[in-house]
Amino acid sequence: MKSAVFAVFKKELKRFFSDRRMVITTLLLPGLLIFVMYNFMGNAVTNMIDGGEEKYVINAVNIPKSIKMITEQEQIGFEINETDISELQAVKDSLKDGEECDACVVFPEDFDTAVSRYDSHSGEKAPEIKIYYNSSSAQSAAAYQTLISMLDMYESSMINKFDINTGNEVYDLVDNKDMTGQVFSMLLPMLLMMFLYSSCVSVVVEAIAGEKERGTIATMLVTPAKRSHIAIGKIASLSLIALLSASISTVCTIASLPALMGAESEMISGGVYGIKDYLLTALIILSTVLVMISLILIASAFASSVKEAQTYIIPIMIIVLAAGISGMFGNPPDRSALYLIPLYNSVQCMSGIFSFNINYANIVITVISNTVYTGLGIVILTRLFNSERVMFSK
Amino acid sequence: MFFTETILTADKLTKTFKLSAKQQRLEKTKNKTITAVDGLSFSVNEGEIFGLLGPNGAGKTTTLRLLATLIRPDSGDAFIKGFSIVKEPEKVRENIGFLTSDLRLEDFFTPNYLYDFFARLHNVPEEISAERKKRLFDTFGIGDFAEVKVGNLSTGMKQKASLAISLVHDPSVIIFDEPTNGLDVITAKVVTDFLKELKRNGKTVIISTHIFSLIEKVCDRVGVIINGRMAVCDTIQNVADGKSLEDSFFDIYSERVGGEV
Ligand SMILES: Nc1ncnc2c1ncn2[C@@H]1O[C@H](COP(=O)(O)OP(=O)(O)OP(=O)(O)O)[C@@H](O)[C@H]1O
Ligand SMILES: [Mg+2]
Repeated sequence: MKSAVFAVFKKELKRFFSDRRMVITTLLLPGLLIFVMYNFMGNAVTNMIDGGEEKYVINAVNIPKSIKMITEQEQIGFEINETDISELQAVKDSLKDGEECDACVVFPEDFDTAVSRYDSHSGEKAPEIKIYYNSSSAQSAAAYQTLISMLDMYESSMINKFDINTGNEVYDLVDNKDMTGQVFSMLLPMLLMMFLYSSCVSVVVEAIAGEKERGTIATMLVTPAKRSHIAIGKIASLSLIALLSASISTVCTIASLPALMGAESEMISGGVYGIKDYLLTALIILSTVLVMISLILIASAFASSVKEAQTYIIPIMIIVLAAGISGMFGNPPDRSALYLIPLYNSVQCMSGIFSFNINYANIVITVISNTVYTGLGIVILTRLFNSERVMFSK
Repeated sequence: MFFTETILTADKLTKTFKLSAKQQRLEKTKNKTITAVDGLSFSVNEGEIFGLLGPNGAGKTTTLRLLATLIRPDSGDAFIKGFSIVKEPEKVRENIGFLTSDLRLEDFFTPNYLYDFFARLHNVPEEISAERKKRLFDTFGIGDFAEVKVGNLSTGMKQKASLAISLVHDPSVIIFDEPTNGLDVITAKVVTDFLKELKRNGKTVIISTHIFSLIEKVCDRVGVIINGRMAVCDTIQNVADGKSLEDSFFDIYSERVGGEV
């Protein structure tokens, strides 16, 4: 009679894999979307940090040698037009109209000598630099800010008493293991939960509510096949599909996370984890999928149509989301009892694995309790298959 | 007189459904429940074709679903080949073939695939299944569309495929709800001819219908159901009582429900 499990299992897989639309929307599209989206988001973030390639056009009157040298450095991003004091009014007018230049700096004549001669204790007026700009233009305002910080830096370098971190050494001692651990343990568990959920939901709802809606499940129920075998066959095949879809999404995520993190990208790589970490994660994911599929199957068994099922499973989606978000805050708890809570336990275990705080006892509790919940799910589903109120409600 | 053996006995089968508010409105009733089958008793002899005749809503489909163990009776029981539909539903399912219009085949698969799938659910050995499939597909001319997805088949083709698939396990009792509904005269004839052939092969057939001619053509005995109760249950000749079956049905109906039809 075990052949019924296998027959149902094979049928569900065939149903899925020979439906091109289904394969594309559940297997290929999510992975592709993740890859494109993360790379796009990553680029956007990087561009924002770099501030683009544009240079600020600055008109400078009486620009001293010392300052000129600084502005000629590549990364400052100034294009300096030396201007005579007689042209000042014309430059100010063009600034008002927001044309040609972004700011105009006026240095006193002999700025360098005046500065070196100046004694701050003398009570005399310090040499004054004037910067004209137009705050209605973002470009001009930015040029103004950049000029101020450059000049401030120049000023403090003149009264330099000590330096911090000016050598060529690496001062931030974070290594890529810690960095990856931090990023992965915060983001991946939540993302994985979302992928698992979204990858199985449409297929699962289809497999029960869809069959009920079209009256095909009753055809199966008049055969002597045990209801429990039908339930197991469904859960197993749907789990396999969900796992496949989720692994594609996961691989795409791990491949795109460096791009998403932009500046720190060299520090982040899935390569810091060993085989053991990946195997443990796979084990957790497998047990999670079984629980999730059982939950969605049960909820959609009550619905008489796919549409109805989609509203019945909303609470499950919220729980999955909440469990996923719980992984973003703080370290995984040590209290073992907490690992009896389905979905939450998976997120916390994964969080622990990704941050290199593996607690084997809690992983074992998670896997065992998830297996028990799946068993319970099979029992409930079998009951539902036997219940005419559920299966043949009008 | 032949010695006939009873293969099916229904004993005071009763089935009540709860009505939702929407159904109450549709049925124009204030009752919270509806008794679809009300203490129904009858028996079917081995090797005969038995017809359940009744107007819409009489409880024919509900009765057949009870026999097929898809739903459970509130009280009463029925025995098919000695197996109780209440206590041994799996044994009953092994021995019956059941076909109604609300048992459908998945649009996505071909008749060929579905035949094999259901043969596996019925635990039919591979070689026997292949040989039986060939015979059934030949009978119904399914060969031409065996590899076409069910969703692309016409109503008649679907019905033929469903018929073949309900017989994958060569059941000895075959239960058909409205077997010719929605079929053209030619396809309907294929089906009625097949019912007779099943009988020739020693099978017991139970059909439900509201079509008098079908009963007259194929049935040995008929049970007339009105409002979930058995009004008469006898051979066609005895029920017709010298008149046409239709006329005597109206007599029975007005006698039961009261007033002219
Ligand atoms: N699942 C259900 N829930 C509620 N009421 C039901 C259900 N199934 C059947 N009924 C009701 O039971 C009564 C008998 O229905 P049934 O389908 O058995 O009639 P039938 O004789 O097959 O009629 P028809 O010739 O129209 O097919 C009807 O009033 C129907 O509305
Ligand atoms: Mg009916």
